[in-house]
Amino acid sequence: MDSEASSPLRKTPLVEEHRRLGARMVPFAGWEMPLQYEGIFAEHRAVRERVGIFDVSHMGRLEVLGLDACAVLQRLVTNDVSALSDGEALYTVMCREDGGILDDLIVYCIHPERYLLIVNAATREKDVAWIRQHLWGDTSLCDRTEETILLAVQGPRSREVLEPLLSRRLAPAKPFHFASDEIAGIPVIVSRTGYTGELGYEVLGPAEQAIPLWRTLLKAVQEAEGLPAGLGARDTLRLEARLLLYGQDMDETTTPLEAGLSWTLAFGTGFIGEEALRRQKEQGVRRRLVGFQMESRAVARHGHPVYVGEQEIGMVTSGGPSPTLGVNIGLAYVQRRFAEVGRPIEIEIRRRRHPARIVRTPFYRGSFR
Amino acid sequence: MAALKFPEDCRFLPETHEWARLEGQIATIGISDYAQHEIGDVVYVELPEVGEQLQAEQEFGVIESVKSAFDLYAPLSGEVVEVNTALEEHPEWVNEDPYGQGWMVRIRVSNPEEWERLADAETYRRSVEEG
Repeated sequence: MDSEASSPLRKTPLVEEHRRLGARMVPFAGWEMPLQYEGIFAEHRAVRERVGIFDVSHMGRLEVLGLDACAVLQRLVTNDVSALSDGEALYTVMCREDGGILDDLIVYCIHPERYLLIVNAATREKDVAWIRQHLWGDTSLCDRTEETILLAVQGPRSREVLEPLLSRRLAPAKPFHFASDEIAGIPVIVSRTGYTGELGYEVLGPAEQAIPLWRTLLKAVQEAEGLPAGLGARDTLRLEARLLLYGQDMDETTTPLEAGLSWTLAFGTGFIGEEALRRQKEQGVRRRLVGFQMESRAVARHGHPVYVGEQEIGMVTSGGPSPTLGVNIGLAYVQRRFAEVGRPIEIEIRRRRHPARIVRTPFYRGSFR
Repeated sequence: MAALKFPEDCRFLPETHEWARLEGQIATIGISDYAQHEIGDVVYVELPEVGEQLQAEQEFGVIESVKSAFDLYAPLSGEVVEVNTALEEHPEWVNEDPYGQGWMVRIRVSNPEEWERLADAETYRRSVEEG
């Protein structure tokens, strides 16, 4: 979430590129980021139908290095890091002892003594402090955020955009696989990951060559009738794909079981929070994150209460229009006994109740797989 | 910015960017081209019902973009006589034609002197351009 600190906003090395493209810049998680260029709907459609490019350099990039790196991470995150081979990544959460979610992140295994973690911008400092507290043996942590940039090329045409630019002419074929490569002579790591539900790639490169890397990719995207896309489209795209946003759909007061992330829990690996989550799993969760579709034109937003009859049964965590489906959608935590697909609910928006219905998620399935 | 429209026959609430156009006792109300441009893609407009009384400079509805909600303020006082219900199905008209198809309500003005207190197109244009 936004941390409206009084300290000056951080800027990615591409801030002037965004301004030149006519982007509307907004503060987000302490960074000055492009909200939109041409318009959120146009950018959303470009990614769903063709391709879009995002500067996501606000995301934190941390390296964990050393002989015990794998064992340290196995305890810190909930998913099974030891199962990763070189060039493989996984999505996971990092929990407190009580099972509350500290962050969600992707762990990349460069090799078993060197891992890259992509974490949320708003939680980066907190994550660094937490990870440092839990380092032991021969491990160290390096924050690489300032010295790198991260770009996302997403959409059904992303492969044809990217592959001709790569020195080996081949992008990673499988989701959550990555490889080192070069684009225009610039060393990069290309991973088949993203936050849109579409086929897509994320490109990690050196900050000092941010502008040529961005311009090379942007040109290829535009030649494929794609668009630069901002955080606005990123949010509508991820919501349709039911990809959760830390600080909204989950935080330290929610657990992976409540958030529908039980598939990220590798029980038996000894991760922090395992005992609490095992107990919660046995006892059953009290609430669950569900998707809903509005049955009026009103837009539900984070914090709006959810009702069944006169009973308040939960709270909206994310909401907004689905440009692809042409309806308004959202996510909400609701009491478990109400969390069933098809159930009519009501969302209170500005003191008025609006009808909605719990629906199956993802709301929209893109070209990701 | 050069492409933004400031029609001469409209007057404006410069702080909140609504416009009014007066024909006899009936004022049509909407949001300015500048406002729709700043808000971005409009997805929902919540308007009062026919018969409700609007008070000048008081909230009379809500407009929602993809990312957030904004209150609408009445440039003039009066009773709502017509509501642009077509915006329920076509909120994008606010973006495409803010002074035409994107109008929001028509009121019978109860205090015609309020018209003189609104900014004319040129004054409003300057206030917008000077930020």
